[in-house]
Amino acid sequence: MPDDLNWAIGGEAGDGIDSTGKIFAQALSRAGRHVYTSKDFASRIRGGYTAYKIRTSVDRVESVVDRLDILIALTERTIDENMDELHDGSVIIYDGERTTMQNVEVPDNMVDLDVPLQSLAEDAGGSIMRNVVALGAACQVTNFPIGSLDASLEKRFKDKGTAIVENNKDAARLGQEYVQENYDHTEEYDLETTDSDYVLLNGDEAIGMGAIAAGCRFYAGYPITPATDVMEYLTGRIDQYGGKVIQAEDELAAINLSLGAARAGARAMTATSGPGVDLMTETFGLVGASETPLVICDVMRAGPSTGMPTKQEQGDLNMLIYGGHGEVERLVIGPTTVAECFWRTVEAFNLAEKYQLPVYLVSDLSLAVTEQTFRPETFDMDDVEIERGKIVDEEEIDSWTDEQDRFQPHFPTADGISPRAFPGTDGGAHMTTGLEHNALGRRTEDTEIRVEQVEKRQRKIETSKQRETWDYREFGDPDADTLLISWGSNEGPIREGMELLAKDGIDVRFISMPYLSPRPDLTAEIENAETTIVVECNAKGQLADLLERDVLERLERVNKFDGVRFKADELAEKVRRSVKPSQEATTQ
Amino acid sequence: MSSDVRFIDFKSDKQPTWCPGCGDFGTMNGMMKALAETGNDPDNTFIVAGIGCSGKIGTYMHSYALHGVHGRALPVGAGVKMANPELEVMVAGGDGDGYSIGAGHFIHAVRRNVDMSYVVMDNRIYGLTKGQASPTSREDFETSTSPDGTNMAPVNPLALALASGATFIAQSFSSDSQRHTELVREAIEHDGFGLVNVYSPCVTFNDVDTYDYWRDSIVDLSETDHDPSDEDDARERIMSGDREHVGILYQDPDSVPYGRREGMDQNMSEIPDGAPEDAMDLVREFY
Repeated sequence: MPDDLNWAIGGEAGDGIDSTGKIFAQALSRAGRHVYTSKDFASRIRGGYTAYKIRTSVDRVESVVDRLDILIALTERTIDENMDELHDGSVIIYDGERTTMQNVEVPDNMVDLDVPLQSLAEDAGGSIMRNVVALGAACQVTNFPIGSLDASLEKRFKDKGTAIVENNKDAARLGQEYVQENYDHTEEYDLETTDSDYVLLNGDEAIGMGAIAAGCRFYAGYPITPATDVMEYLTGRIDQYGGKVIQAEDELAAINLSLGAARAGARAMTATSGPGVDLMTETFGLVGASETPLVICDVMRAGPSTGMPTKQEQGDLNMLIYGGHGEVERLVIGPTTVAECFWRTVEAFNLAEKYQLPVYLVSDLSLAVTEQTFRPETFDMDDVEIERGKIVDEEEIDSWTDEQDRFQPHFPTADGISPRAFPGTDGGAHMTTGLEHNALGRRTEDTEIRVEQVEKRQRKIETSKQRETWDYREFGDPDADTLLISWGSNEGPIREGMELLAKDGIDVRFISMPYLSPRPDLTAEIENAETTIVVECNAKGQLADLLERDVLERLERVNKFDGVRFKADELAEKVRRSVKPSQEATTQ
Repeated sequence: MSSDVRFIDFKSDKQPTWCPGCGDFGTMNGMMKALAETGNDPDNTFIVAGIGCSGKIGTYMHSYALHGVHGRALPVGAGVKMANPELEVMVAGGDGDGYSIGAGHFIHAVRRNVDMSYVVMDNRIYGLTKGQASPTSREDFETSTSPDGTNMAPVNPLALALASGATFIAQSFSSDSQRHTELVREAIEHDGFGLVNVYSPCVTFNDVDTYDYWRDSIVDLSETDHDPSDEDDARERIMSGDREHVGILYQDPDSVPYGRREGMDQNMSEIPDGAPEDAMDLVREFY
């Protein structure tokens, strides 16, 4: 009897695969079992192959595995697509009466469960319920109490009336009874229930919920896989808290709408995927230059260009850290689990306002589409703290005006953080601009002010490094010779993979990095390890490149950013000053 | 809002760098007067400006303001207004900003009908980059980048607006200060998106669409029997192209602005210092 059970329903897009899978996942969650789901899907409305997969256990599950125990196959292709994952004793439930399924041959080592899904569904009131008949059959195979399905059937169909709900319950029972009566020894698997109390949600929903908890009131976005769920979650719900979701005409508008709302003082956000970040990069510089707090969420998918829109990749790290012309100060943080999607979103809003800059919240497709179980207190709303940074009201305006009573929104303070006056604040009227500007927010090309403002913006990052804990999450044996470092959704599979390695006697220290820029200095950790392996879903190893750079010995630097080119004599002098310390060292 | 605000209060202490005689001086003065006449003051006003000569307007006026990136001023303005409906939001830009690089946003801003005004300084030329064709340049207009003319029909911004469901379309001439101010004021007072396309001549680079040309060609609708609520008449005048109309071409008397339609009446900047009181309900939804 395995500790975990791997279940899937697959068919063509349009077959109701997603909603059927979700019903079963919810039933498992309500029955006190942990659930971790994944999807095989393509960017199309109908046809092709799509599957909803559930891994479930009474213990926490943090990953998918290459093993499939129960498969509901609505098409023959579904069986072919999953042949590698099926094994001795895997159960395949299908409807052999369907013309397209008549030639299905289930390998001898597997359990062939031919169930007339469609006919039974018709008996219950309509062929549309054939997937639910299959769920009932699956319940019988896994010894899972059919009553546990009822609540999720009610949740799914209550809008359609009690008759439909009851028909679906009947359909499930017909499936269960058919298997009971026609097959022997089908109860190979045992989906034991517990008294635990779980909620089931995916990473995009966790981000949306985090945004509402954090006081986000304005969301503008343009639909894009796999970030659309953030927008759909917020639509309707954010309204209950005085907020609004705006579907913009494109990502350019989405970020500019959000920027406008943020200038007006709202906590604002937009979420997109890589192609959307490309477009938003235009205004990203303005967000940074105008020192506007904004949370931009990138739910990564496989690129470049349109790439593989429904596939996993972590290929945007370089873009998020370096993207945009010129040098734009930013923070980049990335949740590493579905629950972290909630908490890092809350944190992103606080960081954006405390340091008055754009924050990239980077998630990935795997987090976005995975539905996972958590204890409700994982999202304890009492733990949500909101820090809005240096906001000044009417009374405080005077402390931040110049000798002509003009408010200075970009005043170069010691910590780099300037006062913020929301529009409508008496005496606070000011402009800001994407042009280099002075403390008043007015255009200037004065070399000294240019340098002062660049350094002021850089200083905010330095201040954030001092004030915040840019920590990492650590797992495994801290003294192990092998160090794994990763980011994003890889945390789950790595943690479970470590258990497998431990069985082979390989101990591993694992550092999971939610803070990508700034990030913790891992020089000591890397030097202490015999082997350091950086694990990423991309081809080049973008985090590995950054970490290799981080642990290099520092180079001397000569920089100039006042808008004037290098002059030979000035350059020679700067180089002279840079080389002096080492020359002194050699003469000692 | 105080009732004793003067238009000069909207003027910053920064002197414009526009060429002497530029139409933008008159355009800006009318904006400031209209804002003051409608009871606004700099602390409750937000100006969003695009890029180009016209984009500099945020610097020369005194109010809350953002000088954004090229072509994206309208979504910024809509975002400001939606987040705080108490603010008076005015977006200003040029024909390149609004009808070329920002043409997509223009159409959708018109559709959305957010309660704000949009003043476009239309000089039918790119001035700041020293004289290239603009989207409203005439087909035979010769410039450094169109030596044989653009050979394309000019964009008809009023037609674009009407086709997109505009609720207020006006056109003014920057040198007719009184009439221009009056039309901007109407746009501010309109419940919804108020477009004022302003003939604002470029005296340096455009020797075709000059003050003299416009003075000779303009027909003021107030001197005709035009009824602004008559969409058919508006369409005919906008599409005819043989007249330079000044006045309100079209106004939908039943316009309901986006915020009111969507029940957005809150200042979104005001939030609690923790999660909303009933936020655990959001978690329980996932049972």
